[in-house]
Amino acid sequence: MFATTSLAYSYDGSFEGLLCCVFESYQWKETPLAIHSEGSGQGLLLEAKWIETDKMKADRVLRSIPLKISREAEDLLRLGFWSAVPDKEMLLLNFLYLGFTHGPAVMNMLADDTVCALNKAVRLLRREGHHYLGFVRFTVYGPVMAAVIEPQGYVLPVIEDHFCDRFQSESFMIYDRTHRMALIHQPGRRAIIPLEEWIPPQPDETEAAYRSLWQSFYHAIGIKQRRNDRQRASMMPKRYWKHLPEMTGKQADRPVRTARKQQTPRRPRELQ
Amino acid sequence: MDMMEKLEILTESAKYDVACTSSGSQRSGQAGSLGNAVSFGICHSFAADGRCISLLKVLMTNGCIYDCAYCINRKSNPVRRAAFTPQEIADITMQFYRRNYIEGLFLSSGIMRSPDYTTEQLIAALELLRNEYHFRGYIHVKAIPGADDALLSRLGMLADRMSVNIELPSQDSLRKLAPDKSKQSILQPMGLITNKITENSTELVKYKHAPRFAPAGQSTQMIVGATPDTDYQILNLTEGLYKKYKLKRIFYSAYTPVVEDSLLPSLDTKPPLLREHRLYQADWLLRFYGFEARELLDEAAPNFNPLLDPKCSWAINHREQFPVEVNRASYEMLLRVPGIGVRSAQRIIKARRAGTLDFHALKKLGVVLKRAQFFITCKGRPLEGLKVGEHTLLRSLMSGQELAKFQQPEIEQLSFFDDSYLAALPEAGRAASFRYGG
Ligand code: SF4
Repeated sequence: MFATTSLAYSYDGSFEGLLCCVFESYQWKETPLAIHSEGSGQGLLLEAKWIETDKMKADRVLRSIPLKISREAEDLLRLGFWSAVPDKEMLLLNFLYLGFTHGPAVMNMLADDTVCALNKAVRLLRREGHHYLGFVRFTVYGPVMAAVIEPQGYVLPVIEDHFCDRFQSESFMIYDRTHRMALIHQPGRRAIIPLEEWIPPQPDETEAAYRSLWQSFYHAIGIKQRRNDRQRASMMPKRYWKHLPEMTGKQADRPVRTARKQQTPRRPRELQ
Repeated sequence: MDMMEKLEILTESAKYDVACTSSGSQRSGQAGSLGNAVSFGICHSFAADGRCISLLKVLMTNGCIYDCAYCINRKSNPVRRAAFTPQEIADITMQFYRRNYIEGLFLSSGIMRSPDYTTEQLIAALELLRNEYHFRGYIHVKAIPGADDALLSRLGMLADRMSVNIELPSQDSLRKLAPDKSKQSILQPMGLITNKITENSTELVKYKHAPRFAPAGQSTQMIVGATPDTDYQILNLTEGLYKKYKLKRIFYSAYTPVVEDSLLPSLDTKPPLLREHRLYQADWLLRFYGFEARELLDEAAPNFNPLLDPKCSWAINHREQFPVEVNRASYEMLLRVPGIGVRSAQRIIKARRAGTLDFHALKKLGVVLKRAQFFITCKGRPLEGLKVGEHTLLRSLMSGQELAKFQQPEIEQLSFFDDSYLAALPEAGRAASFRYGG
């Protein structure tokens, strides 16, 4: 939209910081070559302008979004920021250019490259969030429980309400090891806080007992004659398996016969 | 017998019931209780057969006084028997739920002593969960045919979803394979549940806090491939059940031989997974795409083509309705185009407001052009360079990827590009008359 400068922007990686990049771009009527967050290790080859995070500037940009575009656009922007798409900053900046030009109509421009890419990124984030509603596994330590996840996108704010509602009377933590953040909940209180590291303690005997019950259930429920590893891996991608007791327990280590092997000539012999 | 062994036995014998969805109920959590329910349902894991695990699916007992031929729990089958107490069921459900292993419980049972006694046991387990443990997660319970109406009504007040399995799609098949059951004994509780749900919904209009009867509705299951019933029979029955009994879902279960019986396919028969898949596709067409059973199949062609999905088959046989102009077609018509699903149809409607769409745009909206190209125009024109020979058409409509998922030797061995197979497809000869108009 504006002339492209030969500069990249670099910012502190916060949502407010990104909004300040937007402010900067409008102020100087320039489009940066790229936007990098501090410490992402990118952009060493580009000359970069450091954009200081300024709450006032960020607020001005943020307030104008529902006014000039729409509430939904603001939601989309936030979700896009949490997504794991590469170069998300430029995508979001381009989306705002479009939004400030076309107003609320931008939300219908699904065939536009930027809008399409942003929607796709947000869909992926939402899907990952939805996956985690099912794939989070708590370990119970007496009165508290804890889970570790390693998501690609920053899903904690997406799944927060669900778990806090479901486990209202429980004290729990969900630790996002990728983004080093933790959702902490106690009855009546919750927060998402930075947490550099957390190593889960060994489960006690009761915990181990329920885990193995769950593992036996898992293995008993599958129908042998319908075995379909490909389907399973597409519904439950392997990157989730590490934190699923049913996929890591003793039983899960049993050699997996692939679908191919099932169809080799050995099969008739097995049937006898 | 220890808990582990019991759980194994009672899961093994419950797994042939394919329903595992936890959808249809929306209920928020509450202080002092555990759990909630979300209307879209949540899968917590996927079994080695690729199917969703959402609920702790177990039987109360696998002992049974009946002798249904297709059932692993039939009286005359020598298997290990076990039974849970209501207390054990409630305990393991709570423990699994807390760890987020499951969305809730799917409880069913063989018939112990009598249908009434069995239902009382189910009620005891659910009462414990709901009233003592304050469990607010999802519960699916099987209604036992032949049980007293009053008991079934009580059961429904404790559960989110109830189901009575039809299992066999015709009276004839029932008589042969499930001599202790009749069409009547299955439809009767089904009707009762439908009435209770309707009654309850008028009560809810009057008193907002009236207790809810099976808020996630009713479902059923049919076994496919144990009997000679055709897809047409099955689909007609399906349509009738959705209409008459307002069922939420019908599940199809490819018959997996578990017991030897002269009346049944032999033990080494493979479950007809592709046929099951086609039925699910057709079921979707009925529920979400505005199709009727008689549009998809008829007496003359009573079974689905294994190579083409039901919508493509329909489109090939109704070429006079195509091509449609994407920028003008109604939502209903867009849904009938192969390669356009519910989501892409919705996106097309939305994106049309922002400007005229071309083929490039459609691709971005998620339309599968490989299939849709034969049936649509953009701004009055077909896709540039489109060739509409009958073979191109049919080959493009068959999805090798979809078929490959089934890993069935008979499909694997067959070459998709084998002309003799193409010739067998419905009315392939009419491709030449497939024209584009303004
Ligand atoms: S009544 Fe149910 S459990 Fe008993 S044999 Fe028939 S299908 Fe199996």
